[in-house]
Amino acid sequence: MSAALPVTPELRRGLPLWLLLELTYRCPLHCVFCYNPTEFAATGAELATADWIRVLREARALGAVQLGLSGGEPLVREDLETIVAEAHALGYYINLITSGVGLTEERIRALKAAGLDHIQLSFQDSTRELNDFLSSTRTFELKARVAELIRKYDYPMVLNVVLHRLNIDHVGEILAMAERMGAGYVELANTQYYGWAWLNRAHLLPSRAQLERAEAVTREFRARVAGRMDVYFVVPDYFETRPKACMNGLGSVFLAITPDGTALPCHAARMLPGIDFPNVREHDLRAIWYDSAAFNHFRGEAWMKEPCSSCPERQRDFGGCRCQAYLLTGDAANADPVCELSPHHHLVTAAVAQAERAADGAARAPLIFRDHRISIAVEPRR
Amino acid sequence: MSGDGAGRAAAGAAVAADARPAIPRGLKLQWEAAQEAHVLLFPEGQVLLNGSAAEIMSRCDGMRTVAEIVADIERTHSLSGIADDVGAFVALALAKRWLELRP
Repeated sequence: MSAALPVTPELRRGLPLWLLLELTYRCPLHCVFCYNPTEFAATGAELATADWIRVLREARALGAVQLGLSGGEPLVREDLETIVAEAHALGYYINLITSGVGLTEERIRALKAAGLDHIQLSFQDSTRELNDFLSSTRTFELKARVAELIRKYDYPMVLNVVLHRLNIDHVGEILAMAERMGAGYVELANTQYYGWAWLNRAHLLPSRAQLERAEAVTREFRARVAGRMDVYFVVPDYFETRPKACMNGLGSVFLAITPDGTALPCHAARMLPGIDFPNVREHDLRAIWYDSAAFNHFRGEAWMKEPCSSCPERQRDFGGCRCQAYLLTGDAANADPVCELSPHHHLVTAAVAQAERAADGAARAPLIFRDHRISIAVEPRR
Repeated sequence: MSGDGAGRAAAGAAVAADARPAIPRGLKLQWEAAQEAHVLLFPEGQVLLNGSAAEIMSRCDGMRTVAEIVADIERTHSLSGIADDVGAFVALALAKRWLELRP
């Protein structure tokens, strides 16, 4: 028996431990902050059940163990139970990431029997009015019923609420709602600006005062429920001076497969220009993870530019988020402009300053709800 | 398993010898060949356990007491005097909700 520290909290580097399957882009909701690509309607046909099962087997052989089943709304897939059963037999820890729409008692019973480990249920707000407005659906009461089912079937209650300017002032009510529902974990995830959220950024970015109030409310709540509930508050990185260590570096731990079989080193990476992301219909995952140009592109440091390439912090944050660098500066190899050392940092501070001005009044452009018809109208990026 | 000062310092309070720790619902302990380690899996995360932690966690079934777990590990590995280290780890794991106590 060893005398070393009892646990190592770090993930071992280099294996695709985290596998995210975006089973479908179909979704009954129309959330304004969705990170799915705006051109989702122009992507290829969804993988068949047999394809997903092959992906599960190949990824497990590479060491994948945490499995996220997401979308879109994964419950739209009628073969979800089959996919869960196979994943369970392979030894995955299976997380279903859902809006709850379609989670009937019949399905939750079948998913439990198939070996589903955990359900993360998303809410848009603590009020029916704002929940239903933000998702452009009438789903608030349905979600509350689903929360009951999650408890009845003895799952840990994990709630996720995406925060932004329109609901961040309700954090106290959102946390109270989570407590009433018996949540063990609450993730208050400030919007990250990709996909539909990027289109709506001027509406969604909160002011600094809003953010500070929300953090104070969360701290107070967290102290009160310590030991019963864990509350995670994901800070919006636009307010930071150093970037997030996005995906622990691309190609180091995370592997996402989109509905049409495209393999990505991060959910949003499809937008990155000049990179030909491989498809699981044509390549096995071992070749994709270890050998493909796409997955090797942002490994190591050779791709970095100044100020990252000589930065003493480059092994801590890997230059931040490649997608954010591309969206804001037009070059995915630039430093994430969230970093105050980036020559493009003014783009982030300008967006924050604009949010300060807009916080009291309406933004000029209308909110754009995630929608199939609008997606067709949006020009594909490549 | 000797001299695990970090675990003890982090854990603080001691655990009763007749307490019955168990892995909470929704968490899974398993051997991962690719990581060459036991890992504890929970919603959207994992911790990598070293050999000592795995020896303890794998015996936390809600039936055995801490004293029985200590005795079993000492017998299996021909060790003695590990009660404090086991207690410190169990306290740490309880604080992190990797373990819970059963009546």
